[in-house]
Amino acid sequence: MNTQTLDQLQIGQKAVVKRLSVDGINRRRLMDLGILPGTQLQAEMRSPLGDPVAYRVRGALIALRREQAQQIEIDLIEGEE
Amino acid sequence: MTAVTATCETCPAYNAAALKKLGVQVEAADYIIALAGNPNTGKSTVFNALTGLRQHVGNWAGKTVSRAEGAFRFNDKKYKVIDLPGTYSLLSTSVDEEIARDFILFGQPSVTVVVVDATRLERNLNLALQILQITDRVVVALNLMDEAERHGIQIDVRHLSRKLGVPVVPMVARKMQGVPELLQAIEQVATGAYVTRPYRIRQYDERLEQAVQTLVEAIHAEYPDLPNARWVALRLLDGDASIEQAIREGRLGDLTRNNEPGVIALEAVS
Amino acid sequence: MSTILDTAKRLRAELGADYHDLLIEAIYTDAAQIADSCVSHDTKKARLTFDKMLDRILTHPIGGFVAMGIMFFIVFWITIVGSNIPSQMLADFLLGAVYNTLHEFAAALSTPAWITGFFIDGVYLATAWVVSVMLPPMAIFFPLFTLLEDFGYLPRVAFNLDRLFAKAGAHGKQSLSMMMGFGCNAAGVVATRIIDSPRERLIAIITNNFSICNGRWPTLILIGTLFIGNTAPPALASLVAALSVVAVAVLGIVMSLIVSWGLSRTWLKGEASVFSLELPPYRPPQVMKTLYTSLIDRTLIVLSRAVVMAAPAGAVIWLTSNIIIGDTSIAGHMVNFLNPVGLLLGLNGVILVAYIVAIPANEIIIPTILMLTLTLGQNIAGAQSGVMLELGDAEVYTVLTQVGGWTLLTGVNLMLFSLLHNPCSTTILTIWNETKSLKWTAVATFLPLAMGIIVTFSVNLLVHIF
Ligand SMILES: Nc1nc2c(ncn2[C@@H]2O[C@H](COP(=O)(O)OP(=O)(O)OP(=O)(O)O)[C@@H](O)[C@H]2O)c(=O)[nH]1
Ligand SMILES: [Mg+2]
Repeated sequence: MNTQTLDQLQIGQKAVVKRLSVDGINRRRLMDLGILPGTQLQAEMRSPLGDPVAYRVRGALIALRREQAQQIEIDLIEGEE
Repeated sequence: MTAVTATCETCPAYNAAALKKLGVQVEAADYIIALAGNPNTGKSTVFNALTGLRQHVGNWAGKTVSRAEGAFRFNDKKYKVIDLPGTYSLLSTSVDEEIARDFILFGQPSVTVVVVDATRLERNLNLALQILQITDRVVVALNLMDEAERHGIQIDVRHLSRKLGVPVVPMVARKMQGVPELLQAIEQVATGAYVTRPYRIRQYDERLEQAVQTLVEAIHAEYPDLPNARWVALRLLDGDASIEQAIREGRLGDLTRNNEPGVIALEAVS
Repeated sequence: MSTILDTAKRLRAELGADYHDLLIEAIYTDAAQIADSCVSHDTKKARLTFDKMLDRILTHPIGGFVAMGIMFFIVFWITIVGSNIPSQMLADFLLGAVYNTLHEFAAALSTPAWITGFFIDGVYLATAWVVSVMLPPMAIFFPLFTLLEDFGYLPRVAFNLDRLFAKAGAHGKQSLSMMMGFGCNAAGVVATRIIDSPRERLIAIITNNFSICNGRWPTLILIGTLFIGNTAPPALASLVAALSVVAVAVLGIVMSLIVSWGLSRTWLKGEASVFSLELPPYRPPQVMKTLYTSLIDRTLIVLSRAVVMAAPAGAVIWLTSNIIIGDTSIAGHMVNFLNPVGLLLGLNGVILVAYIVAIPANEIIIPTILMLTLTLGQNIAGAQSGVMLELGDAEVYTVLTQVGGWTLLTGVNLMLFSLLHNPCSTTILTIWNETKSLKWTAVATFLPLAMGIIVTFSVNLLVHIF
């Protein structure tokens, strides 16, 4: 396992959220969207302009901008699929 | 897995005498029904199925912004229905959320129908559980069963209902399937024929649980009849300004807000 | 009262800052447990590949933009081509048959001239005009747009374009309210409701007017054809004309990004805002239901608002042209007064007066300009005071250049001014309804107008310098 932030996740890769390094309303919104420590997510597609990226989170497809993804620390899940 | 009963306007359970869609004639209703749920789960579709209105439906989150009202008559009782904006949670403070939350909390609906997306049960239960902390009178409409089936997702409806302690009705709102069952469940919860035993969140941290208890006692000391003291306590611990305000002004318990449709909260920007 | 609040405050301090996290985690943990115990997956059918495949195409770096281009080209093409014939039929009926019948009827009753003028030539004609120009394109555009929405495509557009808007400090969903604005700005302003953060929503509202609406397309096409297409060799004329119209529309998109950028760095700076965009699953659209709902709800609401606005405008247009003070009508005085300003902007007094009295609907700008030009100048086409009129393209050109004294510069600047001026009164009203703020309604109204004045003035200046 190695620690990185969500924006480093490649399309198709999966990861588990380790920590949200953001406070206030943005943290709440992320949690509302179901992104909190322990949540599994997978990068599914990148916008043609490079940003945002859509992640599969608890069954839904949710687009996050890079600056949001940078605030999410993850542990990569390797060797699956 | 319980299959959704195929129904149509000709089936016995759906006879015209039992359900009468009343459109916008919302005055003097016997019961008030709130439709809540995550965005894009089919709340407006259910609303339209019940009232015969044409509230806008659209395949994306945030289609309904302000609340819409309609009515229907079922077994000689008149029901007023409120279609609330979809929200992911009731714990933050976006404008849509406030409309939905204030209504469930202070509008005192007879029954809150939580419309849930069967293909994303876990995500949707997050909101459903929050609502079960606020009110006992809940019916869960397990919508989009057709999509769940296509995705190979099977749900043990009876088990879910037992777990949550409230009726769970599988539906395909777009095809009007499950509407009679939903009506029945609404009626039973509204009249008290079905006694709900709403699920209480158990994984509270111990310190948290104690703090909630202490605060609930303080609230009950002043408002002995407040039905959702536990939720109010949770919000106060979170520093919710609008609820603090309600207490300061002594409005707790009778506060019903009428939010203007679609008006931006301008305090937030200027 | 305050014992509750005091207790809460004390407990809050004891619990510390991660209270909210603890609570949400607790709820999600329970939700996951319950879901786990009730849900079983049939692994054979597990993933629907169709959605994934479609997404791969529709958000592909090249395919995504091609698909987007084709989709919107088709929507606008069907709208413009499809509305031609019904528009003409409605015009023949409302502006021809009904209008004439009303006049005959009035004549049979020997109604005083000022009554028939005010009601038939003023109120009725303007209203009928707006209906016949506005109804068909809207009745086609809105349902098509709604079908795309129902299918689940629109959030993908927002996803594809978000970066552009992010750079401008706006939300990707603004691309959709913009797109809706190409149909009708009032509808576009309402469509900004999908943007859930207030700052970005205000930006989208203020900049919606930079999307050329249905009412302005015909003006641009006409002037582009007459003044710009005609400068090219005949074989290329229609291509050049079309390019000039597209150029103005693209300029509008660029303006809207620039203004968004400016607003987010000045007036609307520094507000915390959250981005979130959920991409729903694709769903087969419910065609009949969509057609019905969007026709009844969107089209008729917009139309009825426009009619409410057009009727008084018709009255004003007729009155200003027929009330004579001293040597000329009120309209004449206004034109004389504004003419110097108009000329400074490379336009003229008639154009400015038309934009003032025809504020309810851009659709009636050209007919008003023609009527004013003819009745105040040398009336070579038999126009009557206060009676808007329609002429063939060649005739319009003759009237504007010979009677109105228009040049290529006037044509270009009118096209620019058509893009950059205050929103129509229906849109202004809608902005007020959505924001309930005098300040932001005023900004949304006067900012584009100020820009229009600056741009046309600069163009005029440049032309005169070089
Ligand atoms: N396949 C299927 N689609 C459905 C069903 N119910 C609703 N839909 C579709 O789901 C989408 C969302 O429906 P809405 O009724 O607008 O959802 P909502 O919960 O009101 O959404 P918001 O107002 O945005 O919160 C629409 O495209 C509906 O046609 C269903 O039972 N089956
Ligand atoms: Mg809705």
